[in-house]
Amino acid sequence: MSLAFAILFYVATLVLVVGVAFKVVQYSKTPVPLKIPTTPAPTTTSGVVMRMFREVVFFESLFISTIWTWIFAWAFHMGLFAVLFRHGRYFHDLLPAVIVGPLKYAAFAMIIGLTGLLVRRIAVNRVRYISAPSDYAMLILLLLIGISGAMMTFASHVDIVGVKEYFHAWMTFDFDNLILPPDTVLRIHLFLVAVLMLIFPISKLLHAPGIFFSPTRNQVDNPREVRHVAEWAEKLE
Amino acid sequence: MAAKEFTIPEIQEYIEVPDAPVPDATAHLSPFVAKPVLQEPLGFPGEVGDDWKEQTLDAMGDLLGKYRGLRVFMDICVKCGSCTDKCHYYIGTADPKNMPVARQDLLRRVYRRYFTFAGKFWGALGMPGFVGAADLERGMLDEMYSYYHQCSECRRCSVFCPYGIDTAEITMAAREILARVGIGQKYNNEIIGKVYTIGNNLGLPERALEDTLEGLEEDIEDETGVAVKLPLNVKGADILLITPSADFFAEPHVDGLMGYAKVFHEAGVSWTISSSASEAANFGMFIGSYENMRKISLRIREAALELGVKRIIFGECGHAWRVAYSFLNTLAGPFDFLDQNYPIPQHILDFTLGEIEKGTLNIDKSLNDDMVLTFHDSCNVARASRITDKPGSQFTVPRAVIKAVCNNYVDMDPDTIYEKTFCCGGGGGLLTDDLLELRIKGGLPRMTALQTVTEEYGVTHMAAICAICKSQFTKILPYYGFDMDQIVSVHQLVSSALILTGQVDEDEETESGEEAA
Ligand code: SF4
Ligand code: SF4
Repeated sequence: MSLAFAILFYVATLVLVVGVAFKVVQYSKTPVPLKIPTTPAPTTTSGVVMRMFREVVFFESLFISTIWTWIFAWAFHMGLFAVLFRHGRYFHDLLPAVIVGPLKYAAFAMIIGLTGLLVRRIAVNRVRYISAPSDYAMLILLLLIGISGAMMTFASHVDIVGVKEYFHAWMTFDFDNLILPPDTVLRIHLFLVAVLMLIFPISKLLHAPGIFFSPTRNQVDNPREVRHVAEWAEKLE
Repeated sequence: MAAKEFTIPEIQEYIEVPDAPVPDATAHLSPFVAKPVLQEPLGFPGEVGDDWKEQTLDAMGDLLGKYRGLRVFMDICVKCGSCTDKCHYYIGTADPKNMPVARQDLLRRVYRRYFTFAGKFWGALGMPGFVGAADLERGMLDEMYSYYHQCSECRRCSVFCPYGIDTAEITMAAREILARVGIGQKYNNEIIGKVYTIGNNLGLPERALEDTLEGLEEDIEDETGVAVKLPLNVKGADILLITPSADFFAEPHVDGLMGYAKVFHEAGVSWTISSSASEAANFGMFIGSYENMRKISLRIREAALELGVKRIIFGECGHAWRVAYSFLNTLAGPFDFLDQNYPIPQHILDFTLGEIEKGTLNIDKSLNDDMVLTFHDSCNVARASRITDKPGSQFTVPRAVIKAVCNNYVDMDPDTIYEKTFCCGGGGGLLTDDLLELRIKGGLPRMTALQTVTEEYGVTHMAAICAICKSQFTKILPYYGFDMDQIVSVHQLVSSALILTGQVDEDEETESGEEAA
C-alpha cells in the first residue's frame, strides 16, 4: 500500500509537471496575430504586470463583476494557497512554527468558499445551466480534499512525523523507509490529491497557468506604435 | 419567409436580467446564408461538402494553432458564470445560449471532444457530456451559425471575465470556421464583395460619390453662405479622410460628415476623400477573417500612397476605429511614408478637440440649447481602442467635444457607459433586417438607460460616434417609443454650434468677407 501510493504520486507528479509544461509551451508557441487587450489597457509593460498582479491576486475583474462569486472564490483560493504553503512542512523543515500554526485555519476559508461556489452553481439558474457534471465533480473533489485535510488537523490527529518521514523517503527514492501511517482519512486525502494532480493539465484547472497567457489581459496597448505581425501572417506580405 | 411574430420588450425601471432562462427562445433567429456567388470572391467554398466534419475540425485545428487567444480561451473557462448576466442579447431574449459562456460552449464542446484528452477519453466511453464535450453533428453547425450570429462581438463579457475570455474572439473564429465549411453570412459577405469591386460597403461608385459630395457642398453653402469643400481624390492633400460610407447619405451620419468638412475648413488644412478607399468599415473583422481584413485594410494604404497624403484621419465609426487603431499598423503598415508627428491613424475627434483647444473654431454653444444630450459609448471604441495616447481617452475625448459645443449634457447609468457600455444591439455584422427581432431585443439595456435619463434629466438626444450604432438606433428607437432622430452624430453637434468664418447669419446679414485660410 505504501508503495502503491508512492507510485501513484510519482505518476501524478510527472503528469502534473509534464502536462502543465506542455500546455505552457503550447500557449507560448501559439502566435497572437493581433493586439486585442480589453481597453482601457496599460500602455507599458510595467502597467501590464500591475494589471496581471491585480487580476491574479485580487481577482479584479471578478470583483467588479459578481461580488458573491468573488467572495467565495477569493476565500477558497487564498485558503488553498495558505494551506499549500503550510504543507511545505511535510517536505522540509524551513517553515517556522509561528507561521505554520495559525495558517491551519485557512482550511476553513477554503471549505466555506468551495461550499459557497457549489451552492451557487446549484442554486443560480443561469450558472446551473452552464455547468457540466465535471464542474460539480471538481468542486466536490476539492471539497473532500479540504474536509479530509481539516479532519486530520482538527479531529483525528494524524501521525505527522510518520507522514513527514514517508514523504522524505518518497523524495529521496528511499524505498526501504516508505512507510505510510495506517490512517484511512490520510489515504483518502492523498488519493484525492493525486486525482487532482492528474486532471490538472487536462481540465479547466489550466486557468491557473492560462490566465498569464490571456491576450486581453496581458497585452500592452501600443498598436499604433509597434507593429505586431505574427509569423504566419508575415507570409501573406 | 414570413417573419415570426414577436413582442417588443417593455422598458422596466431597471435593467432586469432574466433569472430563469427560456431555452431556444431565439433558436429560430438565423441570418440568410450566403449563396456561392457571395462566398467564392472571399476565398470560401460555395457550399457545404460531404466532408463537412473533417473540414470543420481542420479549420478549427488551423485557427487553434494561429490564435493563442482562441486556444487559451477554449481551455481556461471555469464556468464561474460571471459573464452570464452581462450580454445584452441574453438580457433582451432570455435565451440561455445567449449567455456568453454558453455561446462559447457551442464551440468549446467540439474543442473538448476532438482536441483534448479528457474529451477524447470520455467520448470513447460514450459519455462526452461528462466533461462538456459533444460529438460533432451536422445540426450543431446550424446551431452555431444561429447563435454566433446573435453575438455582436461587443466584448462586454470580456470585461467581466476573471480571465478576460473574449467571446467576440470565439465568435469570430466560429464564423470563420463556418465560412470555410461553406456556411457564410449573406449580409457580411455581400458587403465585403462590394468593397472589393466598388470601393465601399454601399456600392456607391465614384461618379455617384462625386455628385453626393457636390450636393453636400451646396447644402453647406446654402445654409451658411460659405463655400466649404468636400474634396475627392485630390493628389497632394495633407489629410486623407477615411469614413464609413453611411456618412455620405444616411441620417444622422451625413450631418456628421458636414461637421468634419466644416472643422477641416476652419482649421485651414487640405484634405481629401479617396474613391478607391471610400469606406472605413472593415467587415473582414466581423467574419473573423484575417486575410479579408488585411485585404480591405491595404486599400487604405494604397489610397494614401497614391494620393501622396501626409496623414490619415478616420471619421466616426466604431469597429472601423478598432481596426484602424488596433490593427491597421499591423495589417497594412509600416506607415513610414506618413508624417510621424501625428498619430497614425488619427481619430477625427482627436483632431477636432485639438482645434477646439487651439481656439481655431468659433463655437456658439447656445445653438445647441434646444437639446439635452447624453452619449452612447460604442463597444469597439470603448473596449478595443483609445483615441489619444492616454488610456481612457476613448471616453473623455467624445465627452469633452460634446461639452465644448453643448450646454446640456448628462451621462447615463454608470453601469452602462465607459467600458461597461451596452452594445446598441446591431454591431458585429448583425445590422441586417433578417435579424430585426434580435436587434430590437438586444437594444433593451441601452433603451432602459436612455429612458431613465429621459425621465430624470429630460434628455432629448443621444450622441454616438459609430455608423452602425447610428443606423441601429435610427431603426429601433421608434419601437421603444422614442423618435428616430433622437440619435445624433457628435460632429453634427459640432457642426450646428460652429460659426464659420464669414458665415452669413439669418438675422444679421452684415459682414460676408473672404474667409482666411
Ligand atoms: S466569466 Fe469567464 S470564466 Fe466565468 S463562465 Fe464566463 S467565460 Fe467562463
Ligand atoms: S461579445 Fe457581446 S454580444 Fe457577444 S457574447 Fe459577449 S456580451 Fe454578448
